[in-house]
Amino acid sequence: MAAHLSYGRVNLNILREAARKELREFLDKCAGSKAIVWDEYLTGPFGLIAQYSLLKEHEVEKMFTLKAGRVPSADVKNIIFFVRPRLELMDIIAENVMSEDKLQPPREFHILFVPRRSLLCEQRLKEQGVLNSFTNIDEYILDLIPYDGDLLSMESESAFRECYLENDQTSLYHTAKGLMTLQALYGTIPQIFGKGECARHVANMMLRMKREFAGSQNQILPVFDTLLLLDRNVDLLTPLATQLTYEGLIDEIYGITNGYVKLPPEKFAQKKPGEGGKDLPTEPKKLQLNSAEELYAEIRDKNFNAVGAALSKKAKIISAAFEERHNAKTVGEIKQFVSQLPHMQAARNSLANHTSIAELIKDITTSEDFFENLTVEQEFMTGVDTDKVNTYIEDSIAQKDPLIKILRLVCMQSVCNNGLKQKVLDHYKREILQTYGYEHLLTLNNLEKVGLLKPQLTTRNNYPTIRKTLKLWMEDANEQNPNDISYVYSGYAPLSVRLTQLLARPGWRSIEEVLKMLPGPHFEERQQLPTGLHKKRQQGENRTTLVFFLGGVTYAEIAALRFLSQMEDGGTEYVIATTKLLNGTSWIKSLMDRPEAQIL
Amino acid sequence: MSRAKPEDDEYWNSSKFSAFTFDDEDDEFTKMKESKRAVNSILVDDDDDDDDVEKVSWSGEPIGSISWSVKETASSFRSSGEQSFPKIDTAPSLPKQGSGYSLSSLFKAKSKPFQSFSESFTDTSTRAYAPELRKPKSECKDYMSDWSPEETVRRMRKGRAYSLERFHSLQDKLLLLDEAVSLHDGNVITAVLIYLKRSLSKEILFRELMVREVALRHYVHYLKEMGEQKLLVELMKALGRTEDMALMQYKEHLNIKDEGRRRDFLKSCLSLPFSQDDAMHVQDHYTLLERQIIIEGTFSSPANIRKTFRISEKQYILTALGARAKLKSWFDVDSLFNTKNWLGYTKKRSPIGFHRVVDILQKNNAPAQVLQEYVNLIDDPELRLSLAQKYKCHDIVIDTYKDLKDRQQLIVYQGKVERGSHEDRKIEELINNMQIRWKN
Repeated sequence: MAAHLSYGRVNLNILREAARKELREFLDKCAGSKAIVWDEYLTGPFGLIAQYSLLKEHEVEKMFTLKAGRVPSADVKNIIFFVRPRLELMDIIAENVMSEDKLQPPREFHILFVPRRSLLCEQRLKEQGVLNSFTNIDEYILDLIPYDGDLLSMESESAFRECYLENDQTSLYHTAKGLMTLQALYGTIPQIFGKGECARHVANMMLRMKREFAGSQNQILPVFDTLLLLDRNVDLLTPLATQLTYEGLIDEIYGITNGYVKLPPEKFAQKKPGEGGKDLPTEPKKLQLNSAEELYAEIRDKNFNAVGAALSKKAKIISAAFEERHNAKTVGEIKQFVSQLPHMQAARNSLANHTSIAELIKDITTSEDFFENLTVEQEFMTGVDTDKVNTYIEDSIAQKDPLIKILRLVCMQSVCNNGLKQKVLDHYKREILQTYGYEHLLTLNNLEKVGLLKPQLTTRNNYPTIRKTLKLWMEDANEQNPNDISYVYSGYAPLSVRLTQLLARPGWRSIEEVLKMLPGPHFEERQQLPTGLHKKRQQGENRTTLVFFLGGVTYAEIAALRFLSQMEDGGTEYVIATTKLLNGTSWIKSLMDRPEAQIL
Repeated sequence: MSRAKPEDDEYWNSSKFSAFTFDDEDDEFTKMKESKRAVNSILVDDDDDDDDVEKVSWSGEPIGSISWSVKETASSFRSSGEQSFPKIDTAPSLPKQGSGYSLSSLFKAKSKPFQSFSESFTDTSTRAYAPELRKPKSECKDYMSDWSPEETVRRMRKGRAYSLERFHSLQDKLLLLDEAVSLHDGNVITAVLIYLKRSLSKEILFRELMVREVALRHYVHYLKEMGEQKLLVELMKALGRTEDMALMQYKEHLNIKDEGRRRDFLKSCLSLPFSQDDAMHVQDHYTLLERQIIIEGTFSSPANIRKTFRISEKQYILTALGARAKLKSWFDVDSLFNTKNWLGYTKKRSPIGFHRVVDILQKNNAPAQVLQEYVNLIDDPELRLSLAQKYKCHDIVIDTYKDLKDRQQLIVYQGKVERGSHEDRKIEELINNMQIRWKN
């Protein structure tokens, strides 16, 4: 199930295995048969760590979803709650425990907090009078979840909001902890670079934690050469732009959660001969997306305009492979053909699925609205008319387009203009409040607090300087055979990835001036390695850098980093970690107050 | 997918890179579809599942995945013995090197069973060990040795028993807080804050928090979590963060369902110390709600609302146009755009482009005649032509070509109209008209 995690430069399966072992240990603590009651949100992330078979091996016989009322009857010795540390969940658990049937043989209760136990939650359980009913209260430290061979995420939905809006640095503490775990498994990372306040904070915590463990030296040969910590607020622009890679567009349009996407079912109905009139399914089609699927690994990071050609090429190869059967003459040849069938069938299904997805996406990317929206984005990113009220935005508000779309554009204009003129800002704010409701005043205030929306305080707009120095806009972006990371946004090179690229070569010293224009300090730290663990690099051997995005990363940025890893003379391979995989929509949503109302 | 402006057309036509086109012909995708058909036509028996192929339910969950199993095991009440799940954990044997690690063992000297430390929340100062937690006594040995702030905080972090009651003096309590903060563990900081909240007066706690930014943030977060709105507002006031306080108070209205009560609440918000802009918006919000409640009132004419809420002309026209068009009140639509000049002639003007007006009318199924009238008002001849062609306003197309003196296009267009029709004759007449100076 997880072989794809070990194909990358760094074997992330080690991390997954460690997490599995931890899970087994906890399950064995609760001796005897058991039922797990799940906080439904957790089943997704857990699915990346373990299958039901693992739980079953450890006597888990039933699984339920956490709900108010009574835990369904099940003839088991233990009931284990797998929950996030949330107060509202504690109330449900308390109700569950209290409504337990007294006539039945007593069952033992346990709680496993993911990713951390919380004193606040335990206090709530105590107030409810049930704390003493639990035999085990434990935590399952699931800080960094391996998503793919080169990708780790904490999937902490609110990390950006907490860090930059509420100034709550708990998620940074978890980040530092997660990085310590990673170092325990993969060796001390000798070099740490960073840009931004949060990056500085995480590095400080790491160094302190290392001092606390000074007694036991890490004897593992370092796998990572460099750690780069990047604050999301160093690059507020990138997530606002519409991602134009295949995976990025799937996420923008349908949303990828825990490696799965739900798609409209119509295009996926399987027609077998003789079953013509079969009803079309109405449930969304759910597909898993990761590099275990050969075709997906090949196309996901391409610009969407290059996907059609790739699919068509693949189709020809598969067709040819199936044609081979006519050439198979001897029994041996036929046998060989048959042995390859399962693989070919899988490839064929995969191709059919992605062709359908590509068609769905193309319907949207060829729509006039998509094109107009993209045009405005690209105008802003190239600095065209960013200081005036934009007609397209005005019109979109008047037509009551989705509020998040409006907010993405207005924020983008503000970021590309280093703040909006007071008059322009006031105009947008009034139009938005009048059209979508005054309560969004709170959301607008939040956006101002995190710096996505702001009045222009100085007349000096430094965005053009940043754009030019870092070459953020490439006129001749090649979508088919890219030679630069700017292909992921058809012209715009994500600032965060440019910084990463420039750090590797020629180094940040060359861009000191621009770094000073971006928020937060930039720094470099070194961690001493025990003698004997210094890596002797082979000639031509690539360096490995872990890039950690504090506050979230988009699929297009990941694609750009993978592109850099694959560059022939790149010299550096990247592993990516983040607090959350996000896109402009999910990001803005996390900053809204009462996002459930009027977002679509 | 790149920025394309009219002047860029040449670039697109000459470039080897293709942008998204709106044409139906699209090579790659047509090819793609063909290939798909070809592949689909190859008959492969899908039924004989192979062990190598992961089984997936329709909803996409691999059979045996956790979310799939939650549904499965909850719905079936067979005894566990009968349940058989397909063996799907097909992971090839993993590199063995990793399997020896456990995350916790990396950090803990020994992995110890849980000990309840929340017992220390009790008001009695007896240190409590939850007796129901079965654990060997031997592991409790290091229990009493050291009660310095450092050691206490360390114990809290590791989940061992501790007691905060020993920190009596203000100075001790603050030392404890500072130690917790320096470790950055939010969980521990919150626990200490809860103790301080209980054992210190509000004034003193607020005063001390003011000089401890990090602890203050955690405290604010804690109060929010617990819904202690009143205390939170007091705290904001004490800190002088009046605008935050005002917004926080205003946010409460989201929780009020009853309209009348919400209006009253908003009214009480009007006097809060908002920033100047926000104050205006909140005032508007209140006025709007008041008005919605007395919707039949005489104050609610569109023009009056427009004036009260300083609605821009554009927004007003777009909203009114949409509303009128939906009701098919084409006459009202007309009057939205009619302006009289000083001679008393009426003329149509619009703050938004007439092509947008046409768009909205078309979406509301306006009759051809209405549509035609507005297409004709579009200034830009290119735009007018394309929309006229789209909505089959033949007369406008013909007149526009005539104005552009484009005889060739006119001849091309003649091929598209019905032979012998009124349009056909009109074109015929025009192309034979020697008076017109055609450009081609």
